[in-house]
Amino acid sequence: MLDIVLLGLNHKTAPVELRECLAISKDETSIALKAFQELPSVREVMLFSTCNRVEVLMVVQDKTKAVDAVKIFLSGLKHLPVSGFEKALYTHEGDDAVRHVFRVAASLDSMVLGEPQILGQIKEAYQMATTMKTSGVLLNKLLHRTFFTAKRVRTETGIGDNAVSVSYAAIELGKKIFGTLEGKKVLLIGAGEMAELAVEHLIRNRARSIVVANRTFETGVELAETFNGQAIRFDEIENALQHVDIIISSTGSPDYVVTRNHVKGIARRRYNRPLFFIDIAVPRDIDPEINRLSNSYVYDIDDLQGIVDENLKDRNNEAITGERIVDEAVVSFRNWYESLEVTPTIVELRKKVEGIAKGELEKTLHAIKHLSPDDIEAINRMTEAMVKKILHDPTMLLKSSGRHENKSVYLDVTRKLFKLDE
Amino acid sequence: MEPIFLVVIICYMLSTIGYLSYLFLQKDYLQKTGFYLLAAGFLCHTAEIGYQFIQSGHFPVNNLHETLSLVGWTMAGVFLLFQDRFGLKILGVYAAPLITFAMVIAARLPDVPKETGNLLKSMWLVTHVVAIFIGEAALALACGAGIMYLIQEHAIKSKHRGFFFRRLPSLELLDSTGYACIVTGFTMLTFGLITGLIYAKSVWGRFWSWDPKEVWSGITWLLYAALLHQRLTIGWRGRRAAVMAIIGFAVILFTFLGVNFFLKGHHGEFTRM
Repeated sequence: MLDIVLLGLNHKTAPVELRECLAISKDETSIALKAFQELPSVREVMLFSTCNRVEVLMVVQDKTKAVDAVKIFLSGLKHLPVSGFEKALYTHEGDDAVRHVFRVAASLDSMVLGEPQILGQIKEAYQMATTMKTSGVLLNKLLHRTFFTAKRVRTETGIGDNAVSVSYAAIELGKKIFGTLEGKKVLLIGAGEMAELAVEHLIRNRARSIVVANRTFETGVELAETFNGQAIRFDEIENALQHVDIIISSTGSPDYVVTRNHVKGIARRRYNRPLFFIDIAVPRDIDPEINRLSNSYVYDIDDLQGIVDENLKDRNNEAITGERIVDEAVVSFRNWYESLEVTPTIVELRKKVEGIAKGELEKTLHAIKHLSPDDIEAINRMTEAMVKKILHDPTMLLKSSGRHENKSVYLDVTRKLFKLDE
Repeated sequence: MEPIFLVVIICYMLSTIGYLSYLFLQKDYLQKTGFYLLAAGFLCHTAEIGYQFIQSGHFPVNNLHETLSLVGWTMAGVFLLFQDRFGLKILGVYAAPLITFAMVIAARLPDVPKETGNLLKSMWLVTHVVAIFIGEAALALACGAGIMYLIQEHAIKSKHRGFFFRRLPSLELLDSTGYACIVTGFTMLTFGLITGLIYAKSVWGRFWSWDPKEVWSGITWLLYAALLHQRLTIGWRGRRAAVMAIIGFAVILFTFLGVNFFLKGHHGEFTRM
């Protein structure tokens, strides 16, 4: 029997320094998927990497081999010894892996409980896996269940009701620094869902003049248009610092985009007006040393978590309901998964066809009144023989597929063809 | 001690309790109660000081008891005004205990009347004393705002939002209130020093006589002048301004009390025990 195994690390097990070392870009994801596909022990695989987590979800033949191979691959990809990140890794299998995926997608495992971005990120990762054809029957089913469960958690609990998120936490901090955000100038460096969300929050709080700096100027112009802002070139950032109050940074840059010296240089020209840096990027964009300068405040994604944690206390009750929904979904997935065993499927298949035959037989016999008991007996026997003969070949195929690699595919198709799951 | 003085102290004490419970419980009615109790105390206090003035015929800065009481009174007045203007509710947590403290010390000191001649009857002198006291009260509040600024800044910078983060207002409000306090305080201090100089000229025939108190007042004035200058020219704000406001107030305390106790000079009689 194949196993569902999940290997990963998240904000709870790994600090930002380690996560930024292991963060996997889109290009790297496709390389990784290709490599995993070639592993003999791995059947299906998908990989998702956000700023808070790196997770590899696999269907494997041999768990130990697969897990070791993935570790070695990550170590090679990121030029990091396995021992450097092994302690931060967790491995879940079977129900635990399924539960973990459900919880992650439903945002029950997020740094910001109930934040909505993660579901989209998983969808993207899944799309990548389907494009690369690394997902199969099991992952397809699991992910569809995942999306369904996540949606259920969101609509049936209050987990996403209040705007508790990293961006909300940033707004709260901004108010503690500036008093009011009205009329404050915002500089957005890079792009990204979370960063853009933060900008939208700021606009809602009446911040004005949004300036967008992007490595690709055209992207910056487009983004600036959506905020009625202005786009600048990446090398103009230093100059722009002189005029803005809040900086949100979310680029893929491996180095600091704004350094201590940049800020030190312009402090005087700014008349020491406060500067608030919100660093959403992993690896970080803003030199943390800037926080030591007077009237400059730097919060990276881990810092924002601290604030959010407090706000989250109220949401824990909602999360309990969410966990119950997830538990239900895990049980239901397990039932489906177990049904992929050959014998139960054959039994169900026979039951289904026999049921149809029996029902139709009764209808017919009920309508025809003049038959003798012998006639009825003959018709009964004929029906039974038909059912047996019809089911003979499919049953043989399913039984022989027990040794076949694509057993789960045949089982799944059979169950779908005959609607055995309803 | 007269009963009215006791009433004043009790009002201030209750106000302090109101503000402190506001700090812990964060219920708005508590800070309102604190504010009105302080206002009530201030009215009684005004009546008490007015009565003293009329009764003795001279301005009541005759000994340390009277001086401290006047300090409490001006602080209460200035605080009520600033509270009304800026709505920095939490500042009461600093001001009310400070006022109460000054008053309790005053109450424990003997109130020995002393004939001072015409010295305390001059309008110049009354203006001098009142202006300086109002200025110093405002600067005391600036110190409070500065302390709160430092606490809040620490909470934000260290990223460990503790007890105070929610309770203290924004850095901007603390900074601007502190700044307003310093501007007011500095203006009144300047005015007080000028009237003092004029008064000195009229009594002793010269503006400046290198009396220790004069020297230290000069130092205080220069300190605040430097702070304001830096703020206006290069935008000294935030942490530096807060630290300066605290240092400035420490110097004021020394000028106000220390000089009288440790050094000699013609300001001595105001703090006679």
